[in-house]
Amino acid sequence: MVFLGQFPALTGATMNIRQGEVVLIKGPNGAGKSTLLRLCAGLLPMRSGIGTVLDFDLRTQRMELRAHIGLLGHRTGLYPDLTVSENLKFWASAYGANDIEVDKAMAFFGLNDRLGSVQVQNLSEGQRRRTSFALLLIKRPSIWLLDEPYAGLDSNGRELVNSSILQASELGTTVLIASHEIDKIGSTQERTLFVKGGRIVSDSGQDSEG
Amino acid sequence: MQRTEKQEFTTSRGTRFMGISLLLGIPTLLIFSFLLSPADDNMNDAVRLIYVHVPLAIFAYVAIITTGIGSVFYLWKKSRWWDTVAHASAEIGLMFCGLVLVTGSIWGRPTWNTWWEWGDVRLVTTLVLFLMILGYLALRQVPANPDLRAKRSSVVGIIAAVNIPIVNRSVEWWENNTLHQKSSLTDGKLENLTLFTLFLGFIIVGISFLWLMTHRFRVGWLVTEIETDGIEGVIEERINEGISVDGNSNYQPKDEVQ
Amino acid sequence: MFRDAWLVTKKDLLIELRSRILINQIAPYTLLILVLFGFALDADTETLRDTGPGLFWVSTLLVAILAIQRSVDVETSDSAIDRLMLSGISPTSIYVGKTIGLYLQLIVLEALLFTVMVVLFDMSVVDYPLVIVSAVVTTLAISSSGTLYGVIASGLGVRETLLPVLFLPVLAPAVIGATRAFGDAFGRVNADGWAWLGLLSVIAIVYTLVGMLTYGNIIEDT
Repeated sequence: MVFLGQFPALTGATMNIRQGEVVLIKGPNGAGKSTLLRLCAGLLPMRSGIGTVLDFDLRTQRMELRAHIGLLGHRTGLYPDLTVSENLKFWASAYGANDIEVDKAMAFFGLNDRLGSVQVQNLSEGQRRRTSFALLLIKRPSIWLLDEPYAGLDSNGRELVNSSILQASELGTTVLIASHEIDKIGSTQERTLFVKGGRIVSDSGQDSEG
Repeated sequence: MQRTEKQEFTTSRGTRFMGISLLLGIPTLLIFSFLLSPADDNMNDAVRLIYVHVPLAIFAYVAIITTGIGSVFYLWKKSRWWDTVAHASAEIGLMFCGLVLVTGSIWGRPTWNTWWEWGDVRLVTTLVLFLMILGYLALRQVPANPDLRAKRSSVVGIIAAVNIPIVNRSVEWWENNTLHQKSSLTDGKLENLTLFTLFLGFIIVGISFLWLMTHRFRVGWLVTEIETDGIEGVIEERINEGISVDGNSNYQPKDEVQ
Repeated sequence: MFRDAWLVTKKDLLIELRSRILINQIAPYTLLILVLFGFALDADTETLRDTGPGLFWVSTLLVAILAIQRSVDVETSDSAIDRLMLSGISPTSIYVGKTIGLYLQLIVLEALLFTVMVVLFDMSVVDYPLVIVSAVVTTLAISSSGTLYGVIASGLGVRETLLPVLFLPVLAPAVIGATRAFGDAFGRVNADGWAWLGLLSVIAIVYTLVGMLTYGNIIEDT
């Protein structure tokens, strides 16, 4: 059970996800999708229940878990006053990544040199989201938690998102996507969960072993 | 859902005993202070305030330290009990601090010839403590999730308590430009009756402190209980949002992502 | 930890360099306060010289509140704090980094304020080391408690009014000490400024320790 302030956002979610799976989480607004992702990221404390992510206990090891998570949330988490490349460099240092990975990620998302010296506050929504996604690549986490990743992106951007998801999945990254815009991504390991009222109410994959 | 019998009042045998002691004790103290004990040579009648001023100051410190301890224990144990102790204690501390300032001001007037003396370091730092508690209570009033509020208040409470040694040591630490009465308790120059009345003052103020604390704590605890009661209903509502889709209700929140 | 903290500090300073809030908005405000005091006191030079140290520290505190709010806003404007918490940088490092960033910005402001004050109030310094050391220590007390209180007062919708009420009383003892020290350094007051430094150091160290221990707990909830 997870509370946001006084509100019980998650009231009973049971799920079992295997490594490398791509899981689509759907549900109406306010159902608890974002909260579920943030819980898996180790950002929220659990009032009751048990859970482990990557063998880290969600009740006691949230801090250690965080470095292995890549979360793409509603807000992009960038510093508006800094340029794109300054942001990327800072976060890369924070993550312990090197310049080469930064350049690769920038290239992949079309954040070329010209865009690199623009302050984030002067970027369009789509460009900001791409920058945010680039940070995901730079961090190279074992789990991707994507909250509405397609929001604000044009079809080109969506293509990039999809192909990076597929690539990551092939490399063994587990990907959880909360989105009400799509129905499938095209991965072989795909599965859909339905969340409503803070609980998982249907699951297209069969979870027998963990 | 079982509901336990709620206590409607915060009185109990203990508080009644304390209350009666105070009803008897306060007039006694007044008689001793104003009639029976002798006047000081150089301070005339103003010295009589010492019988409440000093105990009030001591217990104001006790209250703030209690808030500090409650805050530390809350951060450690995360129990609302300690948080309620801290809150109750802070309110009592504010009151006592205020009284210290008022009695100190009245006492000082004949001696200093002013109502307030900025040069008196002890009085000024007590004012600062007063303001710190005010800030603490301001934070507590802000509408917020109780746990968040408790956590943040605890930090503020700890810093307030940590300032006590600074206030206490101020008279010795800082140089002699203070008009404050030097600690005459330890001089041994006080007469027996004066000493006794002072002792009586300590007892009375001490009992007041406990009495106020008990009541205030219980009120705070009732508030906590009301808050937790509301939560059960909200949880049920939330679960019902999801039940319309399928029938089984799953109370085992457990997720494993390997 | 220090490597991470320094990373955060550099980032904050870089942001300030880009946005220039300090230079364009906060610094003029500092000078304005000093000038207003000059007007309001309608004073002769002697009085200004006497009150200078006190006015200096009051102005610094008022301005510090703005700088603190700015420091917090930098992280919350686009929820960068979330990403920071996920990055593997420990909260204590974040605290130390932001405290040092705030510290450096305040020192710059104080240097500016000091220069203007010496000129406007026609003051002369008798003991330069005392001025510098007491400013260094007091600013640490201000920035360490400020960084902590900045996040305590944030996210509740009442920040502008709550932060001063929490922050100013806690710095009052430091103001008392710093004013005495400055007074001594300017030769206006017969106080032992270096003795006051002892008090200031204790305050600074205690506040920094409390901040390092509790900051992590506080930002978890933002």
